[in-house]
Amino acid sequence: MITLRGVRKDYGNEVSIGPVDLEIPRGGITALVGPNGAGKSTLLTMMGRLLSLDAGSIEIAGHDVTRTPSKRLATVVSILRQENHFVTRLTIRQLVALGRFPHSPGRLTPEDERDVSDAIDFVDLRELEHRYLDELSGGQRQRAYVAMVLAQDTEYVLLDEPLNNLDMRHSVQMMQHLRRAAEELGRTIVIVLHDINFAGHYADRICAVKDGQVVEFGTPDEVLTDEVLSRVFDTPVQMVDGPSGRLAVYY
Amino acid sequence: MVDVVRSGSADAGSANAARAAAAPAAARTSGPLAGRARRRYWVVLGALIALALVFGVGLLAWDNPMPIGSAGFWTIAEMRATSVTVMAVVAVCQAFATVSFQTVTSNRIITPSIMGFEALYVAVQTTSVYMLGIAGVVALQGVPQFVLQVALMVGFALLLYGWLLSGRYGNLQVMLLIGIVIGGGLGSVSAFMQRLLSPSEFDVLSARLFGNVSNADADYLPIAIPLVVVAAALLWLRSRRMDVLALGRDASTSLGLHHRGEVMRVLLLVSVLMAVSTALVGPMVFLGFLVATLAYQAADTHDHRYILPVAALLGFVVLSGAYFIMRHVFYAEGVVSIIIELIGGSVFLFVILRKGRL
Repeated sequence: MITLRGVRKDYGNEVSIGPVDLEIPRGGITALVGPNGAGKSTLLTMMGRLLSLDAGSIEIAGHDVTRTPSKRLATVVSILRQENHFVTRLTIRQLVALGRFPHSPGRLTPEDERDVSDAIDFVDLRELEHRYLDELSGGQRQRAYVAMVLAQDTEYVLLDEPLNNLDMRHSVQMMQHLRRAAEELGRTIVIVLHDINFAGHYADRICAVKDGQVVEFGTPDEVLTDEVLSRVFDTPVQMVDGPSGRLAVYY
Repeated sequence: MVDVVRSGSADAGSANAARAAAAPAAARTSGPLAGRARRRYWVVLGALIALALVFGVGLLAWDNPMPIGSAGFWTIAEMRATSVTVMAVVAVCQAFATVSFQTVTSNRIITPSIMGFEALYVAVQTTSVYMLGIAGVVALQGVPQFVLQVALMVGFALLLYGWLLSGRYGNLQVMLLIGIVIGGGLGSVSAFMQRLLSPSEFDVLSARLFGNVSNADADYLPIAIPLVVVAAALLWLRSRRMDVLALGRDASTSLGLHHRGEVMRVLLLVSVLMAVSTALVGPMVFLGFLVATLAYQAADTHDHRYILPVAALLGFVVLSGAYFIMRHVFYAEGVVSIIIELIGGSVFLFVILRKGRL
C-alpha cells in the first residue's frame, strides 16, 4: 500500500501541490489522470523519492520514502520518468541488466541473468536484445526501459507517462504488457496517463488530480462519468457505450 | 539467426510461453561486450599494450649513445625512465579523470579542466613570477610547493563542488557554469599580470604554462604515484556504480544509488587526479578529452571496468608517441601538448567524422 499524508510541494510562492492525502491499495493498476500542470507527475516523482517533499510523509509498504535508505527502497519501488537520458553504447540487454543492480551490485548471478531474460521476453524484445539503444525506435526504447524496471523486481512500479511518443499499436501493447505484469507478476503499478480511455480500459483504479488536489479516487465506473470528467478537465466530456466498455468523447 | 527469430516469435504470446522459451536459452548473458565486440576489445587492448611497450622502450633506448647493455646505457635509460614514469602517471590521471567526469556530468564533450584546475595553475604560476620575478619559477619548485599546489587545487574543487552540489542549487549544470566563469576570471587576472611582466620573465613563465613532461621533478613522484594509484583504483572499483550513474540522476536514484553522494565522491577522486597531473606537468587541456573519446570508439562498450584501462593505455600511447616524435623526428622536445593537440586533434576529427557519433 502507498500512503500519502498531508503531502505538499511548493513551486515558488504561487503554485503549490497538495496537501494530498491518498491511499493506493496493493495490486492492480492505478492511473493518475488530470489536466496539464495538475501535479500528477509531481505526486508520482515524490512517491519515487526523486523529488523532496515540503511537508507530509509518504509510505510505501511501510517504508517512509524520505527516511529509508535509497538502496533499501530500490528493492521495494522503482520509478521510470518520461525523459530518459540514454547512453549510446549500451545494448538493450545491458540496460535491462542494470535493473538488477539493487540486488547484485557486483557480478550478475545466473538467477539475475534469468530475470533479465524474462524481463526482455516479457516486453517482446528478445530478437533485439543485443541492439544498441541508439539504434532503436522510440517505442522500442520505451519498452527497453520498462523491461529494466521489471527486472528490478520491485513490488511497486511507478511509471510517468509511459505512452508518450508511442503510436496506437505500441500504446496498446505497452498497456497489455503492464496489465500482464500486474496480473501475472503481482506488481502494483501506478501510472500517469493522458488518454482517459486507456485509463478506463486498463486501470483498476483511477485517481483524478486537479490543481494539486486529488479530486476523485475510485474504480473507472465511479470516476468516468460525464459530470466528473467535465469538472476535472474543464471541458465538456460525454461518456458513450463503446464495443468494449464505456468511452469518453471530448472532441 | 533463424533460430533466434523463430523462438522470438514463439514467445510473443503469454508470459508462460516466454518463460518456457527462456529456459533453454541459458547462454543468454548480459556481458559488457556484446558478441563480436568481445574479440575486438581484446585485440584493441593487446595492440595498445604492444604500442605502449614499443614507445616506452623506444624512449628509453632509441638514440642512446652508449652501447646497449653497458653501464652508461643504463644510466641514460634510468634518467629517461623518469620521463616515461611521469607520462604513465599523467596518462592514468587524465584518462580516469576525464572518463569519470564525463559520466557523472552526463556530458561527453567536456573535460574536468572546465572546473578551473588549469586556470588555477596558471594563476599560481603567474602570480609567483609577477611577485618574485624569475626567481618565482624556482620558488614554486620543490616537494612542499608541489604538495601545496595539489592541496590548493583539490581544496578549490571541493569548495566549489561542496558548495554548489549540497546547497539549494544542487545542480550540476550550475556548478559547471560557475566553474567556467571562475576559470575565465582567473584566466583574465593571469593575462593581466602577464602583460605587466618583462619580456624575459614572460619567456620563462610561458615555458611553464605549456604542458610539458620535463616540468616534472623526479622528487615529486614518490608523492604523486601513491596518490594516483589510490585514486585510480578507487574509481575503478566504483565502475559498476558509474555504469548506473551514466543513466542519469532519476534512473540511478531509482536503482538505489544516493546520486548526489556518489557524484561528490567521484568528483573528489577526479579532482585529486587532475590536481596531481596539472601540478606535475602543467595544463594538458586536450589530452583527457581526446583519450576519453577515442577510448569509447575503440572499446565500444559502456562498461567502465573496460573503458578505463583502454583510456589510460591510449593516454600513455598518445603521450609517449607524441614525445617520441617530438624528440626524434622534430628535435623539438618540450612542448608536447602542441603536438598532441595537432595530431591528436586531427585523429579525433577523422574518427568522429568517419563514425558519425561520439
